[in-house]
Amino acid sequence: MALTQKEVRHIALLARLGLSPEEVEPLREQLSSILEHFQVLQELDTSDVPPTAYVVPRHSVFREDRPSASFPTEDIMANAPRPEEGYFRVQAVLEE
Amino acid sequence: MLPHYRTIAELHQLLVRRELSCAELVQAALERISSVDGRVRAFLTVTEEAARRGAEQADARFKEGTATPLTGIPAAIKDNMCTRGVRTSCSSRMLENFVPPYDAAVVERLQGAGMVMVGKTNMDEYAMGSSTENSAFFPTHNPWDLERVPGGSSGGSAAAVAAGEAVYALGSDTGGSIRQPAGFCSLSGLKPTYGLVSRYGLVAFASSLDQIGPLTRSVADCALVLQAIAGHDPRDSTSIPRDVPDYSQALPADLKGLRLGVPQEYFPPELEPGVAEVLRDAIKVLEGLGAQVEWGLSLPSTAYALPVYYILAPSEASANLARYDGVKYGFSAQDGDSMWEDMEHTRQQGFGPEVKRRIMLGTYALSAGYYDAYYLKAQRVRTLIRRELEAAFEQYDALITPSSPTVPFKLGEKVDDPMQMYLSDIFTIPVNIAGIPALTLPAGFADGLPVGMQLMGKALSEETLLRIGHAFQQATDWHKQAPPL
Repeated sequence: MALTQKEVRHIALLARLGLSPEEVEPLREQLSSILEHFQVLQELDTSDVPPTAYVVPRHSVFREDRPSASFPTEDIMANAPRPEEGYFRVQAVLEE
Repeated sequence: MLPHYRTIAELHQLLVRRELSCAELVQAALERISSVDGRVRAFLTVTEEAARRGAEQADARFKEGTATPLTGIPAAIKDNMCTRGVRTSCSSRMLENFVPPYDAAVVERLQGAGMVMVGKTNMDEYAMGSSTENSAFFPTHNPWDLERVPGGSSGGSAAAVAAGEAVYALGSDTGGSIRQPAGFCSLSGLKPTYGLVSRYGLVAFASSLDQIGPLTRSVADCALVLQAIAGHDPRDSTSIPRDVPDYSQALPADLKGLRLGVPQEYFPPELEPGVAEVLRDAIKVLEGLGAQVEWGLSLPSTAYALPVYYILAPSEASANLARYDGVKYGFSAQDGDSMWEDMEHTRQQGFGPEVKRRIMLGTYALSAGYYDAYYLKAQRVRTLIRRELEAAFEQYDALITPSSPTVPFKLGEKVDDPMQMYLSDIFTIPVNIAGIPALTLPAGFADGLPVGMQLMGKALSEETLLRIGHAFQQATDWHKQAPPL
């Protein structure tokens, strides 16, 4: 299952992972080799086998909706890279 | 014997009888860290002042009569569990300066029991790795041979306990990250049943596989730590609502009436001869204790566990790690021409090579056109592996395997070959896929290097595994050996 450099760049874009030009080819080789090892799964007939997402047989776990205090704003903003008046600052999202 | 080389159970007796104070015990651990951690490098952060204050509070609890078996005992916590006010880096540049505003559930519980945390331990970045060489900061060294790896990803936790720098440690285990380093460092390490221990405050790697557990000097100590951290937590929706049994109560010293299976897929021809020999001798000890051991059981799906894991874990990781965008917390590159460029640069500079590899792998496996062939296929094979193990546990109380196919390897030996590194987890991965518990314990040495034995059991059979492990340790003294540091 050999990937192309174009595919590697496309996956990186989906993951919003910047890659330097030097990172692309080694990643392409490593990922292709790892994907090759996954081919063994195609040997198995799993048409009648349901998928397992979680091993715990619990679904839709609810709790009571009780109001309670959340973290103080200053505790959360203490880790913010660009805090501004209680907000997280980023570059403009919308173009003019 | 140095006080910090004793077990929790032994130290508790000394503390109860006032032959030792918590302050003295914590002082001994801190001194040990000063004298050996320059060589071992188990710790990312040593919390000396907080530890001294904790020791004073612990001594007060002994005076008041409110001490528990863990009160005053120096412990180390893997750096992917949130500790309020203490940096939690996950061994990543991304979280190098992250100071959590809250404690993980396990940390809360241990503090309630009187734990004295001496520091946070090194790991593979985001718990992705099998040698602790993927730490963004520095590798940790195996106390048994400083040129070798301690295993991973909880390698710092394992090395800290093996080196006498802490009496026990917490690790997390997604594909073997407690058990493989426990085996490599000659410790007892337990991966509990999925859902038994709350993951609230654990930095998420692969949410359907991650579980927290103890690394200790004895199986009896594993029982004591598990007792403190197990139990339902409404803040983790996968937490099992069930009363926790008394794990220490379940530790008689004989194994009469127990049926143990040895699956042949875990003893392949390419298994290191030293590992195979140690395991055969250990199994004879279990037979001597009255267990009925059967060889020749076959689990043919075992071969598929590794590809299933390396599809599911990176897929889940690619989703979990999407949160690191440089906006709310963590590393933030601010040199781009747009918000999107800032985000791409943040992730390019903040993540190391293995983390990037897994994000790429997972993103690919989940992407349009490949989802059915990879992710869904892996989930279906996951069902086959789980069913096969469930069927085995109708015949056997536990299965016995080596915890790794090799003894600890040398630093640098596998770091350039991801597939070789992944193969190091081949015996531990099926347990996470099936969500079952497994206990690793010291089984002996091959050429002076530790060999671990793994006991797997059905879901919520921790009592049985602890019973078998404890009986083995009553009959052997491998777990009492200390490395020549």
